[in-house]
Amino acid sequence: MTDRPEAAGRPLPRGSARRLAAGRGRYADDLRFPGLLHLAFVRSPHAHARIVKIDPAPALAAVPAAKVFTGADIAAVCTPWQGKMDHLPTLVSPPQHAVAVDRAVWQGEPVAAVAAASRALAEDAAAAVAVEWEPLPAAAVRDRTLDADAAPAHPELGGNLAYAAAIRAGDPEAALAGSAHVVEACFSFARHTGVPLEPRTVIADYDPGEGRLTVHGSHQAPWHQQDTLSRHLGIPEHLVRVVTPDIGGGFGIKLHIYGEEIAVSAVSRILGRPVKYTADRLESFISDIQARDQRVEARMGVDADGAIRGLSVDALSSFGAFASYGRAPVNEGMMTISMAGGPYANGHYEGRLRIAFQNKPPSGMYRAVGQPIACAVTEQLLDRAAHAAGIDPVEMRRRNYWAEDAFPLRTPGGIAMDRLSLRQCLDRLVAMMGYDALRAEQAALRRSGVYRGIGVATFLEMTAIGAERYGPAGARISTQDGATVRLEPSGRVRCVTSVIEIGQGTLSALAQIVADRLGVAPEDVGVVGGDTALAPYGGGAWASRGLTIGGEAAWRAAEGLRANILELAGSILQADPAGLDLAGGAVCDRATGETRITLAEIGRIGHFRQDTLPPGVQPELAVTRHYAPDDVPFALANGVQGSSLEVDAETGGVRLLGHWVVEDCGRIVNPLLVEEQIRGGVVQGIGGALFEECRYDEHGQLLNGSLADYLVPMAAELPDIHVGHVETPLRGTALGAKGAGEAGTVGAPAAVLLAVNDALRPLGAQVSSLPITPEAVLNAIAAAA
Amino acid sequence: MKAPRFSYVRPESLDSVLELLAEHEGEARILAGGQSLMPTLNMRLSEPRLLIDINRIDALKGISLEDGTVRIGALARHAEVLESPLAAEHLPLIADAMPHVAHVAVRNRGTFGGSIALADPAAELPACAVALNASFVLASTRGRRTVPARSFFHGLYETELAEDELLVEARIPAIAPGYRSAFMEFARRHGDFALAGVCCHARVEGCVLRDVSLACFGGEDRPRFAAAASAAAEGRAWSEEVKDAVKAALGGELEPEGTFHASAETRVHLAQVLAARAVDRMLAAG
Ligand SMILES: Cc1cc2nc3c(=O)[nH]c(=O)nc-3n(C[C@H](O)[C@H](O)[C@H](O)COP(=O)(O)OP(=O)(O)OC[C@H]3O[C@@H](n4cnc5c(N)ncnc54)[C@H](O)[C@@H]3O)c2cc1C
Repeated sequence: MTDRPEAAGRPLPRGSARRLAAGRGRYADDLRFPGLLHLAFVRSPHAHARIVKIDPAPALAAVPAAKVFTGADIAAVCTPWQGKMDHLPTLVSPPQHAVAVDRAVWQGEPVAAVAAASRALAEDAAAAVAVEWEPLPAAAVRDRTLDADAAPAHPELGGNLAYAAAIRAGDPEAALAGSAHVVEACFSFARHTGVPLEPRTVIADYDPGEGRLTVHGSHQAPWHQQDTLSRHLGIPEHLVRVVTPDIGGGFGIKLHIYGEEIAVSAVSRILGRPVKYTADRLESFISDIQARDQRVEARMGVDADGAIRGLSVDALSSFGAFASYGRAPVNEGMMTISMAGGPYANGHYEGRLRIAFQNKPPSGMYRAVGQPIACAVTEQLLDRAAHAAGIDPVEMRRRNYWAEDAFPLRTPGGIAMDRLSLRQCLDRLVAMMGYDALRAEQAALRRSGVYRGIGVATFLEMTAIGAERYGPAGARISTQDGATVRLEPSGRVRCVTSVIEIGQGTLSALAQIVADRLGVAPEDVGVVGGDTALAPYGGGAWASRGLTIGGEAAWRAAEGLRANILELAGSILQADPAGLDLAGGAVCDRATGETRITLAEIGRIGHFRQDTLPPGVQPELAVTRHYAPDDVPFALANGVQGSSLEVDAETGGVRLLGHWVVEDCGRIVNPLLVEEQIRGGVVQGIGGALFEECRYDEHGQLLNGSLADYLVPMAAELPDIHVGHVETPLRGTALGAKGAGEAGTVGAPAAVLLAVNDALRPLGAQVSSLPITPEAVLNAIAAAA
Repeated sequence: MKAPRFSYVRPESLDSVLELLAEHEGEARILAGGQSLMPTLNMRLSEPRLLIDINRIDALKGISLEDGTVRIGALARHAEVLESPLAAEHLPLIADAMPHVAHVAVRNRGTFGGSIALADPAAELPACAVALNASFVLASTRGRRTVPARSFFHGLYETELAEDELLVEARIPAIAPGYRSAFMEFARRHGDFALAGVCCHARVEGCVLRDVSLACFGGEDRPRFAAAASAAAEGRAWSEEVKDAVKAALGGELEPEGTFHASAETRVHLAQVLAARAVDRMLAAG
C-alpha cells in the first residue's frame, strides 16, 4: 500500500455542484439537433393482449407529416433480444422486440412508434393510431403466478416459472429442529421503481452518408448501449458512438436496454434523421424497470444463549414480463438467498428461489439489488430471536458476528468475505445514536402511552463486481474501467475516464486521486468522460464501482504518467529520475524537496520543444491504464444502521426521529461524497420501507402511476441522517476504496422495519410487509387486540 | 406529455371574463393559479378549446373584513392567505389548515377560488368553508348569486357553478367571541391530499361545546358537514363518553370510498380519531 495521499481523503466540494445548482446542467433533453424528429409511443392499455390490427390511417389524417412504425417495421431493421444467462441454461425468457410484435405483455408496452416534427404533434398522431386488441388473461398477482390455474404471462412457455435455484450448507433441518428458539415470518417486499429526477432520454442521429450512428442519451452504461445498438441494428461497432451529457440520476433504471430507446435508433436509421424520445413521468411509471417484488418465508433457529443455529429462506421473486437483457436478471432473487444471514456465523443454511413471470414491466437492477431484502429478512428474524431469547438486540448481533479471526471466509450463501469491521461499526453506531439513552427514553415514554421503536441493522454491500459474476453469463458488459491521464503543455492535467457521472460526484474524486499522484492541486486536474468514441472502454456507473474500479484505473494511469514525467525531467535535467519527485506542480529533488523544473516547463518542452531533447527521447505525456478487479470477485463493504421512530397507535402513522449509519467503504477519497451517497441511499431505503409501491390491480393495471400517488419520500418526512465512518482498505488495490453507493439503501428498510416492530411489540402486533402503510399498522394492531 | 391545442385569452376586466364565459359556454376554462388545471391539460385529461386567464382581474384579488365577514377574493393565493394577519385573527381555522395545503411552490400560485371551484374532495379549504358556514359569490352575464358552502359542493369535482359562471369571492363569518376552532388531517406525506381530515368549530364554555360545527373530508366525494356528530357534542361537557358518542355518530354518517391508499373502514377510523383529537386540542387551546 502506498502512503496516505493528500487530496484524497479531504472533504472537497465537488466541481460540478455550482454549475448544476446554477441551472447550467446540460441534460440530453436540452441538446438541440437540426432537423430533429420527436418520437411518441402507442402503448398497450392491456397487461396482456393480442394485437389484432394496427391502423395508422387516422394518425396520418390527424398529422399528415407523421410517420408510424409498427413492431414489424422496427423488427425489419432491428433484431429481437433475449434475457438469457449462458451459465444458467434453465433460465427461460422469450425473445423481446423493441416494439411489440403480435402480442403486448404489459400495460404500457410500446406497440407502435410515431415520429413527428414536435412532441405534441407526435402525441396527437399517436393518440389517433387505431389498434384493435384481443385482451388475454394476465398473470398479475405475484403470489398466485405459480398456481396451476394461473394465467400464463407467455402462453408459449407453458408456465410462469422463469428460473429456480437452491443453496444448501450443513444440515439446516436438523439445526432448526434442535434450536432452543425458532422464529419465522413471511415477508412481502412491494414492487417499486427508481424515479430518477431526469427521466430516460435518448437522441439518435444516423448519418446514412458514413453509416454512422451517434446517440446522446441519459445512460449509466453507454458501452453496453453501443454494443447492443451495433449488434441488433447491424452497424459496425466503430461506427456507433454513445455520448452521455449531464445525467440527472440513474439508480439502475438507466443501465438497462429499453425497447423505446433502441427504437429511436432504428427510426433514425430508417429515416436518416435525428430522432429524440424523452420519457415523461407517466411513461416512466409504466416503462422504467421495476424492482424488489418478493415474498420471502424465512425461519431462524437460535440457542438459548442467542447463537444462530440455522437459517432457512424461501423466496418467490418476479421478473415482470421479461428477464432484463444483457445483465444478470436473476440477481434480485439470487442476492436475497445468497446474502441472507451474511454477517453472522452460521453453518446451516438453506436458500430456495423461484422467479416467476408476470404481465408487468420488466424487472431489473435497482439500487442495492436484492440486498435490502436479504438484510431486512435476516435482521428482523434476529430481532425476533433476540426477543424470544431475552437478549438485547445489539448484544444479539455482537454475539453472532463472524469472529475476527474467521476472515477470509465463504459464507454458507456462497459470499466470499475478506476482513470486515462488523464489531467496530456496531460499537461506533451504539455510541453515535446514544443507544442506551434511547432505550431508557423509550421505556419512560411507553408508560405514558407513547410507542417509540429502535431498530439496529447490520448490512453488507456487494460493490464493484468483477467479471467473475457477469462474464460466465455471457453479459457483454465490461467490469473494468479505464482512464487516460495527460499532462497539458501548461502543466495542468486532464483525465479522460470511462466512469459515468450520474450525479454522484465521482469525477471530482478522480481529480483528487490524480492530483495526489502528480503532486498538483485537484483544481488543476480536469476530468471528463461520457463518450464511447473518446474515452477508454469501460463499464460506466453501476454496482457502486466508480471509485473502486475507475478510481484505481485513474491511480494507475497517473502513476504511469508520473513515471514518464520523471523520466523526461531526468533527461532534461541530466539527473537520475529515481532522485526526483513531484510536488507543488513541479519536479523536485526527492531528498531536499528543492524545485528543479515546473510541470509547465516539462509540458512546454515535451509538447513543443522535442528538438531540444537528447536524440532518442520520446516524451509520452499521456498514459492509459485499465483496471479490472482480480484479487477478489467484488469489494464487500459493511456497516450498521440505526433508526429511532414513533408509531401513532391510533392513526398507524410512523414518525421518523433519527437515523444513524456507520459504514466501512474502505479508503475514503472524499467524505462529503460518501456521506451524500449514504444519505441519498438511506432516503431511498426509507422510501421502500414506508412509501414506495407500484400498486397493480389483479388485471395488471397500474393504479398509482404518477407522482401524486406513487409516494417518494420527501424532506418533511425525513429525520436527520448521521453518518460515521470506519476505514478498512480493500486488499489488492493501491487505492483501497470499496463502493458506497448502495449501502444506505441496503440497510435502511431493515432498520425502519425493526424499529416499527420494536414500537409495536408491547401491543402484540408485528408487520412484515414493505412498504409499512398506516393502514397495515392499524390492521396489525387490530389483529393483535 | 404535451397539452392538446387550445386558445388563450387574458382579459383585463371582470365583464369581459363573464362575456367570454357566456360566449364559449362549455368550451372554455378559467385559468387561475394553474396548479391543478395545467397538469390535467398536460395529461390530456381535459381538452378545453379556450383558457381564460383571470390573473389580471383586480376585482378578484385581496382579503378584507366587512361587518364581521371576511371576504377572500377568488384570486387570493394560498401563500397570501397563509401570511394574512386578517385571516390569522378572524379565520383561525383556515390559518390552521393552510400549511397543510400542498407545498410552498404550489401555494405561491394556487388560489383560494381555484381550490373551491376545483372541489377536490380531499382538499382542505372546501371543508373549512363548510365548517365555517361560508358562502360563495358567483357571477355570470346573467347576474350574481350567493351560494352557501354547504350546498355548493355536489360531488367529485362537481359544484353549483354553471358553465358560464365565475367564482368571484368567498364570504366567511369571522370568528365570534367565545368560539374556537381546530383543524386536523392525516396524510401519508406532508402536503399530500389527506386520507382523512376534520375541521372543528364551536363556542366553548369551560369544557362544554355549543353551536358545534364538525366537517369531515378526504374519504367521501365532497366535504361533509357532520350533522350527527356535531349534534352528539352539542351542549355537553366533553368527556370520554361524549367522545365515544361523536365517534359513533361519525361512524354512522360517513360513507367514504375505499381506495388503494386506505380502505373505507380505515378512513372512518381516522376521521373518528382526528375528530376526538381536534376537540381535545380546541379545549386545550383555551
Ligand atoms: C403537488 C400538488 C399538491 C397539492 N396538494 C394540495 C393539497 O394538499 N390540498 C389542496 O387543497 N390542494 C392541493 N393542491 C391543489 C392546489 O391547491 C391547487 O392550486 C388548487 O386546488 C387550485 O387552484 P389554482 O388556482 O391552481 O386553480 P387552477 O388550476 O387554475 O384551476 C383549477 C380549476 O378551477 C377552475 N377555476 C379556477 N378559478 C376559478 C374561478 N374563480 N371561478 C371558476 N372556476 C375557477 C379552473 O377552471 C379549473 O377547472 C395541490 C396541487 C399540486 C400541484
